[in-house]
Amino acid sequence: MDSGKNYLVGIYEDEDVLLAAVKKVRSSGVKIHEVFSPYPVHGLDEALGYKRTRLPIAAFMFGFLGTLLALIMQTYMLAIDWPMIIGGKNYTSVTYVPVTFEMTVLLSAFGMVGTFLVVSNMKPWAKPRIFDLRSTDDKHVMAVDLDENSQSPEEITNVLNESGASEVNSKQFED
Amino acid sequence: MTDEKFVFSSTAKRRLLILAVVGVVLLVIGIFTTMNAGGHEAVEAAGHGADAAAGHGAEAAGHGEVAEGHHEAGWLQRLYANLWFHNVYFAGIALIGVFFVAVQYVAQAGWSAPIKRIPLAFGNWLPIAGVLMLVIWLVASHDLFHWTHKELYEVGGPKFDEIIYGKKAFLNTGFYLFRMVLYFALWYTFFRWMRKEILQEDLTGSTQHWFKLIRISAGFIVIFAVTSSTSAWDWILSIDTHWFSTMIGWYVFASWWVAGLAAITLITIYLKEQGYLKMVNSNHLHDLGKFVFGFSIFWTYIWISQYLLIYYANIPEESVYFFERLNSDQYAPVFYVILLMNFVFPFLALMTRDSKRHVMFLKIVCSVVLVGHWLDFYLMVTPGTMKENGSFGWMEIGMAMIYLSAFLFVILSNMAKVPLVAKNHPLLEESLHHHI
Repeated sequence: MDSGKNYLVGIYEDEDVLLAAVKKVRSSGVKIHEVFSPYPVHGLDEALGYKRTRLPIAAFMFGFLGTLLALIMQTYMLAIDWPMIIGGKNYTSVTYVPVTFEMTVLLSAFGMVGTFLVVSNMKPWAKPRIFDLRSTDDKHVMAVDLDENSQSPEEITNVLNESGASEVNSKQFED
Repeated sequence: MTDEKFVFSSTAKRRLLILAVVGVVLLVIGIFTTMNAGGHEAVEAAGHGADAAAGHGAEAAGHGEVAEGHHEAGWLQRLYANLWFHNVYFAGIALIGVFFVAVQYVAQAGWSAPIKRIPLAFGNWLPIAGVLMLVIWLVASHDLFHWTHKELYEVGGPKFDEIIYGKKAFLNTGFYLFRMVLYFALWYTFFRWMRKEILQEDLTGSTQHWFKLIRISAGFIVIFAVTSSTSAWDWILSIDTHWFSTMIGWYVFASWWVAGLAAITLITIYLKEQGYLKMVNSNHLHDLGKFVFGFSIFWTYIWISQYLLIYYANIPEESVYFFERLNSDQYAPVFYVILLMNFVFPFLALMTRDSKRHVMFLKIVCSVVLVGHWLDFYLMVTPGTMKENGSFGWMEIGMAMIYLSAFLFVILSNMAKVPLVAKNHPLLEESLHHHI
């Protein structure tokens, strides 16, 4: 095997077979790199043993940042830089609520999308690794990283075949 | 499917009885202390009110209308106001129970299939609430509703009020009572109709009932959309006769809705802890928690929508409502406490996924929210009826205990009459596998 990243790719026809296969493959000691499916498969996250996403925490942080920025911005604009009395109200008042609310929503939404794109490797400059084009059509695709596993490629091929894969291909990426 | 039936145990009955007795004792203590202390307190408060009115000429317009309505002893009027806001609050929770079931059918929601009998049982309180409402109104309308005084409508008379005279077509005793009876009749009829179909489904197992319930529920929601708003005008808005707010229908609905959702959640948890509702797991509680969380924010949205526009425009006849509440030693703290209890606390406490799935968190938050919306109704009714003489004490707490005890007694004893979980609901299987 030469340089670059080497993967074995198992193709599955059915989501139930896939779910059973994920459990089987993991229990036989093979680490799964990632599973791709044309549509969300219920229970796949649990079967793969993924931890729950921490995206909500990021959302809260960005939202809180939005709240702070909105309050600072309005206070600076309306009370410090160019103090302006509108309708006989105080410089800082409950009228800040709509803008603060909108900024909170805006930043938490943008922040979440940005975080998600970066974390999921979907940022615009990322080079996607496509293991099998058919994962966007009608096949479920399980990728196993050979560097992450100590077993030989033959052994892993056997495990994938036994778990119900309709075919097992090898895939190599240059970087 | 499982065949569960709720047994209203004698222990539970005894506890409710104790709650009611304690409530009565507190109420009586409250009445006696108010009677004895009432004299000079009222004088002091009146003096304070006069100062405030003099200091703010513009806002005083609203105060003028209040002057009479104090012929009754202070404690009696306070008792009436107390009864009125409790009755509106609990009637609302009962109504929300029926509305919740209707929404679940119209949305064809599957997750709620095993818990729908809980909100459905709330509807059994509606006839009692209706009768109480009618009786309280007939006894206490002059003390609670300024517009019921005849002399306001005598053209050219000393107390003639042009503004109230202009509202005569809507605010007159006959039409008002007709509407009150109509609301309860409509709500109760639809409740009985839905209940009948739901119980029939248990026996026949036909999905026809489910399809029919979708149509009945859709009809109920249309009626609810109109009557929840108009009943809020009648029972809450007309207390402050000169004041008007186009938000009040939504505001009262939002308050009822959150309180109702919290009540449904608490009773679900109670039944779960008693060993019932085996199908219900943390996924279902998660959904209920989301409801309480989401609609607490909805309530706040409505609150700020009402407050902000009135604050901005600053028209005396509108801002008098908030002026009465904020420029008052007894109401201003409640005003801010409500925002903390109904928005800040549930918003922060129910924000994470884990807190919505844990019984302990839900119990604390739902209890706080229930009390918060109870205070909300206190603040909607009391300043308008009692003016500067209103206060908060054992009378309100005692009355709340009596109402809570009676409400729980009625709905639990009715819950025990029918199977707790639907037997042939077509979406039970979906709910069993509900996973979020």
